[in-house]
Amino acid sequence: MRTLAIIGNPNSGKTTLFNRLTGSNQHVGNWPGVTVDRKTGTIHHKDKQVALTDLPGIYSLSPYTQEEIIAREYVLSDELDGILNIVDASNLERNLYLTMQLIALGLPMIVALNFIDDVENLDIHIDCEKMSRRLGVPVYPISARRGLGMEPLLDAVVDEQMPAPAFQPAYLHGVGAAFRRGAEILADTDIRPCSRPFYAAKLLEDDPQIVSHVTLTPAQRTELDALADALSAHDIGHDHEMMFADAKYDYIETIVADTVTRPAKPVLTTTEKIDKIVINKWLAVPIFAAIMFLMFWSTFGPIGSAMNDALEYLIQGVLSPALETALLSAGASAWVVGLVCDGIIGGVGGVISFLPQIVLLFFWLSMLEDTGYLARIAFIMDTLLRRIGLSGKSFVPMLMGFGCTTPAVMAARTMENEKDRRMTIMLTPFMSCGAKLPVYGLIAGALFGANAGFVVISLYVFGIAMSILVGFLFKRTVFRDVSSGFVLELPPYRLPTFKGTVRGMWEKAKDFITKAGTIIFLMSIVIWLLQNFTPALAAAATPETSILGVFGRFIAPVFKPLGFGEWQAAVALLTGIVAKEAVVSTMSVLYGAAGDAALGGILAGVFTPAAGYAFLIFILLYMPCTSAFATMKRELGGWKWAIGSAAFQTCLAWLAAFVVYHIALLF
Amino acid sequence: MSEKTLAALRPGQSGVVAGITAQGAVKRHFLDMGITKGVRVTVERIAPFGDPIAVRLRGYSLSLRREEAAKIELEGDHNAYAGNHR
Repeated sequence: MRTLAIIGNPNSGKTTLFNRLTGSNQHVGNWPGVTVDRKTGTIHHKDKQVALTDLPGIYSLSPYTQEEIIAREYVLSDELDGILNIVDASNLERNLYLTMQLIALGLPMIVALNFIDDVENLDIHIDCEKMSRRLGVPVYPISARRGLGMEPLLDAVVDEQMPAPAFQPAYLHGVGAAFRRGAEILADTDIRPCSRPFYAAKLLEDDPQIVSHVTLTPAQRTELDALADALSAHDIGHDHEMMFADAKYDYIETIVADTVTRPAKPVLTTTEKIDKIVINKWLAVPIFAAIMFLMFWSTFGPIGSAMNDALEYLIQGVLSPALETALLSAGASAWVVGLVCDGIIGGVGGVISFLPQIVLLFFWLSMLEDTGYLARIAFIMDTLLRRIGLSGKSFVPMLMGFGCTTPAVMAARTMENEKDRRMTIMLTPFMSCGAKLPVYGLIAGALFGANAGFVVISLYVFGIAMSILVGFLFKRTVFRDVSSGFVLELPPYRLPTFKGTVRGMWEKAKDFITKAGTIIFLMSIVIWLLQNFTPALAAAATPETSILGVFGRFIAPVFKPLGFGEWQAAVALLTGIVAKEAVVSTMSVLYGAAGDAALGGILAGVFTPAAGYAFLIFILLYMPCTSAFATMKRELGGWKWAIGSAAFQTCLAWLAAFVVYHIALLF
Repeated sequence: MSEKTLAALRPGQSGVVAGITAQGAVKRHFLDMGITKGVRVTVERIAPFGDPIAVRLRGYSLSLRREEAAKIELEGDHNAYAGNHR
């Protein structure tokens, strides 16, 4: 089967077209060695089949971000039989820049001119036939969203005779000639003949990766150097990279001038009109605040909580007892029932019940992203976040961190800069997540009475302050230098499609369920076993003699300097690693309390206010739960980063709790 | 070399790019985004907190920080005018 890749700029409607062409015949995998999703699908059309790979949205084939490197390595590999280049018709010049680079690869290629409906609504007409002739590549006008122009496009996509570009462009200022000459110099190398113009251009630009990939004879090297020198003589003061970009854009401008007819009086696009209000100097911040409020209120407020409670009731109140009855009547032993009902359903179910909130949160996120508003948030917030070494793009993940760290860390994917992304992921856990709230509520209520609300708010503020402080610290140490800049497209506003949104939510939900079904499933079993067996592997009579209890007593001294040296507290913190809310349930089991009120009474006797506050500070800052940890491992790209950041957070938690405890003792 | 850079323009003003003084990744990013010699760039607005700025060129909008805009040189200041260029 032939394999094509769909390549285009970000915001060119690539995903919509991919989904439309492949339908449900999709498979999501990973690119080797990196965390970027690799989507492949199969197109069935008129008894023919073609495999389609969805490449990350890129602006050029310069190896700049992780995604561009992947895309370039893939198009230079031998896996590819042809290119489907999607071009945003409403943003022709910049989109065609990538097209020109793809043409240099010489592979069979077609151009899909997307958003043709939007363009026509603006009374702009594009002569696609003429554009095909000028580019030397067939151009098909389409609207992926509305499904316009799909038949001709599909016919071309499945055609085994898909043509290679008819010619290489004759760029002015000697650039086109230099590319041709460069390709001739490379004639004796093992570089794929059709792609020689691309390699020649990159060698002349001194692109380090291409230079190290290609072995040249000394003669070839000399000839290329001579060619480069001759080019420099054309245009003093500019390097080749700039010269080539200028030449390509000049060429594109002539094509656009020849093929696009615009109305005499330019009309303001809808996007420009919306931006006049939405990122207006005075209204931008209030509008932004209102949108954020709506997003969080609906997710974590009454709607989301009600959905979570309903699911939790189904799992804990209906499924668990039913399963228990079934197991008992089938003659299962008590420990099997305990393992299944308390261990697995308790653990996995506790996490699964967060699913509605996660899906809601991702609904909002995909709305923000698909409409184009996400880029505006980055635009509004950049200056503030920059001061702590982040960028405007960090805002949404950090904000989501107040809900749940797991999706928040995943949301950082929208950031293309590695440094910013890592730093955002590592700072997000300091935003107090929703699962910590029950713990704060219980302990603050037990120890601080009327001031409990104030104590809880102080913890949220402490977390934010800590992230700012650590941000400053990281900016000057681990993540120094690399200022990648903040060059960000503000894409046109677009209405998300219902299908696309639902599909995106389903994919996120599937991700989450898979994780709950694997890593959390295993963790729950392990913790349950540790809680119920002694080190000699006999059934534990009391929690104190279980492996977890013994281990708790072993590590309890670590927390002595923080004011809470009891083994129950240590074990509660350990189970908090599985899920933060487990701290409450663990304590209630270990102290043998019936209900939260009774537990509060007991805790008031165990913790001094200073120790209690230190305990809360520790909970706020120490390593995130396993779900978040596993996500961090995946998103940071390795155990080293995940363990490093978890260790850092836990050490910081210890230190902060120590300082807070001893300061509190002074009063 | 002209002294005037994109960072000096106010909302509504535009200029023609004469050169780029940025290096490495930032320069490449500029080129990829179509900031090349001879292109007209119009400043649309400034973010509420004073930075970054939003500019319009080649029919689309781009946001960049002032310190980056300062690395984009414009042709002599007689070209800067308040207009509705698209």
